[in-house]
Amino acid sequence: MTEKEALFEYCLRLGDSSLILGHRLSEWCGHGPILEEDIALINIALDYVGRATSILKYAGEVENKGRTEDDLAYQRNERHFRNLLITEQPNGDYAQTIVRQFLFDTYSFLLYTELGKSKDQTLAGIAEKSLKEITYHLRHSSQWMLRLGDGTEESHQRCQQALDNLWRFTNELFETDEVEQLLIQAQIAPDMSELKTKWLNHVQEIIQEATLKTPETTFTNSGSRQGKHTEHLGFLLAEMQHLSRSFPNCTW
Amino acid sequence: MDLLGQIPDPEIPVISITDLGVVRNIQINSDNITIDITPTYSGCPAMKLIEEQIKHLLEEKTAKKIQVNTVYSPAWTTDWIPAEAKIKLREYGIAPPEKTTSDKSFLFPEKKKVACPRCFSQNTELVSQFGSTACKALYKCIDCLEPFDYFKCI
Repeated sequence: MTEKEALFEYCLRLGDSSLILGHRLSEWCGHGPILEEDIALINIALDYVGRATSILKYAGEVENKGRTEDDLAYQRNERHFRNLLITEQPNGDYAQTIVRQFLFDTYSFLLYTELGKSKDQTLAGIAEKSLKEITYHLRHSSQWMLRLGDGTEESHQRCQQALDNLWRFTNELFETDEVEQLLIQAQIAPDMSELKTKWLNHVQEIIQEATLKTPETTFTNSGSRQGKHTEHLGFLLAEMQHLSRSFPNCTW
Repeated sequence: MDLLGQIPDPEIPVISITDLGVVRNIQINSDNITIDITPTYSGCPAMKLIEEQIKHLLEEKTAKKIQVNTVYSPAWTTDWIPAEAKIKLREYGIAPPEKTTSDKSFLFPEKKKVACPRCFSQNTELVSQFGSTACKALYKCIDCLEPFDYFKCI
């Protein structure tokens, strides 16, 4: 595997996670529990989709086969997507959405802080920009973890249930493979396996303050780096890609 | 540069794209012009429109080939908005950004005071960190009772 091929793969991973999670968040549009949260979630979704656009555009350039960010977003099937499994999990109730965002935002904050130091100028630039937005996202989801966890009996119970549901997807965030090892050597990608403890400390601090319990399950789900996804991705892509595939080469 | 100063921000027409600091570099060659722009927010939907407006205006006025590039580094920051533009924002009814965001303490909102753009009272309250567009937050003034947008520091 060449460095270029690894870089393409890596950009797909970053871009796809942003795209899929952005799409999930956009599903709340018009259905938020209160107006301000409806607006908050779609603003956050916009940040994600914008980030995905920049990264997938760069991926297409690195691949050098003429694929644009739209080709990559709308013309690939599940097996070719590289988003982390946690990003494709359904929104569920508001607690599930918030817990998913919180776990992923904490990870994103650490990832993009390190990625800002990348030897790859484009990724470093995108990371520097994204980190500012991620800081606002993390603030939002952290505050809601506290409100829901340390809230009513119902909100506490739903929040705990969400944590128990999603915990098994968190290990995958810190796994590594030869693609990433190659880029770590080249100082392009950070070594996320080294940041797991930091992530766990931040997350547990909030969980504790929210009067919740850290799940003890050791069962983990993995496979996105090989294109192996949970059953949810297929349905999500069917909705997301439907318009583009029905009208090939359509433009606004 | 003066020509580009005629292009207003699509969402906030009282300030131009040069006021915002979105135009980073202009390269004038004999038969073409290259403009570098930088996005304010990753997903800002106005960027595409700004790009088209730049091309349209410059092609019309210079008859040269126009190329617009998007650059990410250095990352856009509200620090680049000059004082005159902030005054225009306030007059338009949007509270301008107060200071830089180097505050990474992500647990609690910044306790800064945002002044009401209409009555200038400091007795204001944050309604939501996310407002009508990605760059704005929603506040309300307890004194004059009007809601207003705040241009977030980033």
